Amino acid sequence: MSLDTSQPLKLARQYKLQWEKVQDAWVLLYPEGMVKLTGSAGEILTRIDGERSAQDVIANLQAAFPGADLQQDVIDFLEHAHDKGWITPV
Amino acid sequence: MTKAGSPLSDTIKPPLWVNAEITYKCPLHCVFCYNPLNYASTFEKELSTAQWLKALREARELGAVQLGISGGEPLMRDDCEEIVAEASKMGYYVNLLTSGIGLTEERIAAFKAGGLDQIQLSFQDSTKEMNDFLSSTRTFDLKRKVARLIKQYDYPMVLNVVLHRLNIDHIEQILQMAEEMEADHVELANSQYYAWALKNREQLMPSREQLEHAEAVCNQFRERLGNKMKLYFVVPDYYQDRPKACMNGWGTVFLNIAPDGLALPCHEARMLPGLEFPNLRDHDVRTIWYESEAFNAYRGDSWMKEPCRSCDEKHKDFGGCRCQAYMLTGDARNADPVCSKSPHHSIVTDQVALAQRAQSTDEEVRPVIIFRDDKNSRAFVDE
Repeated sequence: MSLDTSQPLKLARQYKLQWEKVQDAWVLLYPEGMVKLTGSAGEILTRIDGERSAQDVIANLQAAFPGADLQQDVIDFLEHAHDKGWITPV
Repeated sequence: MTKAGSPLSDTIKPPLWVNAEITYKCPLHCVFCYNPLNYASTFEKELSTAQWLKALREARELGAVQLGISGGEPLMRDDCEEIVAEASKMGYYVNLLTSGIGLTEERIAAFKAGGLDQIQLSFQDSTKEMNDFLSSTRTFDLKRKVARLIKQYDYPMVLNVVLHRLNIDHIEQILQMAEEMEADHVELANSQYYAWALKNREQLMPSREQLEHAEAVCNQFRERLGNKMKLYFVVPDYYQDRPKACMNGWGTVFLNIAPDGLALPCHEARMLPGLEFPNLRDHDVRTIWYESEAFNAYRGDSWMKEPCRSCDEKHKDFGGCRCQAYMLTGDARNADPVCSKSPHHSIVTDQVALAQRAQSTDEEVRPVIIFRDDKNSRAFVDE
């Protein structure tokens, strides 16, 4: 399913994002399960706040990591996260 | 209990999942209950609120993230809300497993405010008569009310229905009920034969024909409803020829804490002989998880006997379930006899053959079924 990059995104109901010291990683918790996120996946998902759209997330990341070409990687990951049901349009 | 310098100690991963059985008290008397037969012996020895919170905090510090609050019926403890709220603050994803008995609007509001993440509601069957018979109480109407409350408080509706010989033919009514309740997830798991369900195994094991019918009906609902209502159908493991990867391996992710503070690698391990399970009253979770002899007993594969020892699937299923191996063969180190490579596999296939007999009527079945109740449990304590 393709994602409307101008629409605000939020974590899906039942999903919780938290930093796990023991795993030294952001994890996504859901009923009876957990996904350990890579560093860049954590950077992206922590910017999903119910107000930012995919375009806003990209702009925000570009400001935080100047010089990197993030556009396609972020879109790919957000589409993956959307397909998995982790995030949803507001 | 400590085994100094265990060769595994560097490779043991932290527990991720804690199941807190906060009480074995329960208003229901389900014939397939997996609580220990002598559960009544824990009534006078339940951990206090403070002892529960200490254990949960220690497990959280080790890295545990998922928490099941179960029982018995966890709502039988009036500190259930407090335990849930504190655990939520600690950073657990908290799941309440309940029959719904005792879940008033006041309590569900307190759970919501305390951060409870999910509620799993168990049903015994879709019809009032069968639900009440199988759980030996009159609770069905109450449960429907609870199901509405769960929706009202914006929780997904997660239904657990334990299937067996006496209710599996009602699968269509069960799923219609689930659909009417707007269930989001429905787990239709056949009872597995431990504890009370093992005592009642002959009465509970469905025939192959019953299983095939039930699965076909499930598939019809799946086709019609798609993602709107997700269905999970689990057959009794006796019908399979490879064992389940029980607990994803002994002492790898799962820590069960019984009402009396006993720390166990699974719900059933208490009955295994020769192991002294550590108690949270006496030890902290770190010592128990990493150093206790009981949690190390079946880690890795050096404990395995043939055919597991040389089996190329041993890292996939870990030889199955230690408790089932013990219950059916008398030695927990044997292969789980569900495996067709086990020299004891005929124990399982003989039971399956017996289950192919014609259906008996309820009248014939009732007198021999053993209900999980305090009187019966106390008889097992004395045994």
